[in-house]
Amino acid sequence: MTFVRGIANWFGQTLRLIARNKAGFLGFIGLLFFIFLAFVMPLFVPLDKTSRVDKIYNPPSAEHILGTDFQGRDIFSLVVHGGRDVIVIAFLTGAISTFIAVVLGSISALLGGAVDSAIMAATDFWLAIPTFPLLAVLATQIKLNDVWLLSLILALLSWATLTRAIRSQVLSLRQRDYVEAARSLGMSHRHIIFKEILPNMMSYIAISLVFAMTAAVYAQGGLVFLGLLSFSDNNSWAVTIQLAWTRGAIFFKDSFLNIMAPVAAIALFQLSLVLFTRSLEEIFNPRLRVGV
Amino acid sequence: MTVNATPIIELDRVSRVFEQRRRQVKAVDAVSLAVQEGEVVCLVGESGCGKTTTGKMIAGLIHPSGGEVRYAGKNIWAMSKDEFRRYRLAVQLIHQDPYASLNPAHTVYGIMSAPLLQHGIVANHKQARERVRDLLRTVDLTPPDDFLDKYPHQLSGGQRQRVSVARALTVSPKVIVADEAVSMVDVSIRVSLLNMLSRLKRDLGVTFIFITHDLAVAKHFAWEGRIAVMYLGRMIEIGRTPQIINHPQHPYTRALLSAIPEADPRITRTKERLQLRSLDIPSLLNIPSGCSFHPRCPLFEAGLCEVSVPPLADVGDGTRVACHVVARERAKEVVA
Repeated sequence: MTFVRGIANWFGQTLRLIARNKAGFLGFIGLLFFIFLAFVMPLFVPLDKTSRVDKIYNPPSAEHILGTDFQGRDIFSLVVHGGRDVIVIAFLTGAISTFIAVVLGSISALLGGAVDSAIMAATDFWLAIPTFPLLAVLATQIKLNDVWLLSLILALLSWATLTRAIRSQVLSLRQRDYVEAARSLGMSHRHIIFKEILPNMMSYIAISLVFAMTAAVYAQGGLVFLGLLSFSDNNSWAVTIQLAWTRGAIFFKDSFLNIMAPVAAIALFQLSLVLFTRSLEEIFNPRLRVGV
Repeated sequence: MTVNATPIIELDRVSRVFEQRRRQVKAVDAVSLAVQEGEVVCLVGESGCGKTTTGKMIAGLIHPSGGEVRYAGKNIWAMSKDEFRRYRLAVQLIHQDPYASLNPAHTVYGIMSAPLLQHGIVANHKQARERVRDLLRTVDLTPPDDFLDKYPHQLSGGQRQRVSVARALTVSPKVIVADEAVSMVDVSIRVSLLNMLSRLKRDLGVTFIFITHDLAVAKHFAWEGRIAVMYLGRMIEIGRTPQIINHPQHPYTRALLSAIPEADPRITRTKERLQLRSLDIPSLLNIPSGCSFHPRCPLFEAGLCEVSVPPLADVGDGTRVACHVVARERAKEVVA
């Protein structure tokens, strides 16, 4: 019972912290909305797969609130079903690349010497690779339609910048007097890394994770838009945009929403993520946490 | 002071050189010091004279580049893992800046319970809370329950410094190296902080190595102990506090003492004013030859002072001075 109350307390406090920043709270509501849209709504709105030649590029109506596309499919159902992969890939890519960056960056800063030089040389090399052309080439060689595989590849291409940033953070934090005090008190390496250094980087890491997610959304969107990537059941916000673009939806006044609805979905999702970072700062910075 | 007992801390010609873009900075140069258990020694000197580096070498946080640091007779860098762990806990450092020495992410309880739990000094959080309460009372943070769940940024400078002292006490140290422990707090708080430290010294029998740039503080804190004066990485005078304060020998110590402002104008008028030849402190990158004080020294003798480094010579009354001229004059007095 106390355990449940503890969880409820923690949850309530976190919620209050999120609500302390208006922009951040707006971002949080936005994220909840998109998670609901992409993971819950598909249970109620079936994906429209039927072509209707008599309903091509229809304007919004009571039956199809966002109109129809070049095949006469309901755009609303495409938007509802097109979010899941975008969000999952964004989260996986962000999580994997942040994890790699935190591990390698910390090792690099804490061990120093040859290990540090090797990791830094690797990041230099990695940063010199033109990511997007490489992705384009990769897409022609491997079928990138698996969510995990794509996330892994996107993450492997984006860890380097963050690794350098984490390394410099750790380098600065490990010089602090309180880390020296912990060493003097005979605290273990584990304690020093996880209790003294990491908590002071949490807001930075969380915010980096969010920005890695936004980058992943754009990267997959770009690949799909260029036609280098397709998903198995061929639906994602980016796929809808690409089809709208290539099948000429932009030339008709009535099909305006065919391209704008998924564009708005992506843009608003990204905006929510970016706004939410304000609240993350609030959650992880004890200085701002006073009085809660 | 019993001379034959093994000193708890002993520095044997300890040096530390920092590399800076292929240039070498000699922060500490062949400093020797023996501290007996229960003693108070003040390291005094202006900023950049190597006092903090010396303190950190005593606490085992910086490796000396020459010489040996010994704890209870054993070189700390040649100790077994277990011995080193015991030494590490027995010698605690209190940092100068109470705003940087407490982790902003943890509460006072979190900061203080970590070492208690890590070293098995207490068995669980309940005991840890009790112990932390006791320690907070020891450093005059009462009632302790007002402080347990506060974050460092919610405390004043003086309160933070007390927490940082209490944290050092969690591992029951035998030696505390206090690095300018009172210089960053308000003057009004300073005296009560010093009195608290004096009480710890008395009640717990802790050996104190007190690092300060302020001779008035040294006088207040270490009247029964010794003062060691450092200049540009070298120890230039060491002796019992009353001797150093009342009869300073080295011209640098005399200059430092004459610079202390006095509240009583009559004292100020009669006070010896020592005129230095130069007020600029030489750069550590370019330490003067011979006695490093010679470009500023009023007793400077050409052909002697800039040629050889003066050794610490015994001049009686338990005072040792590194000055060619003073040592010679005192030796004459003894002969006469």
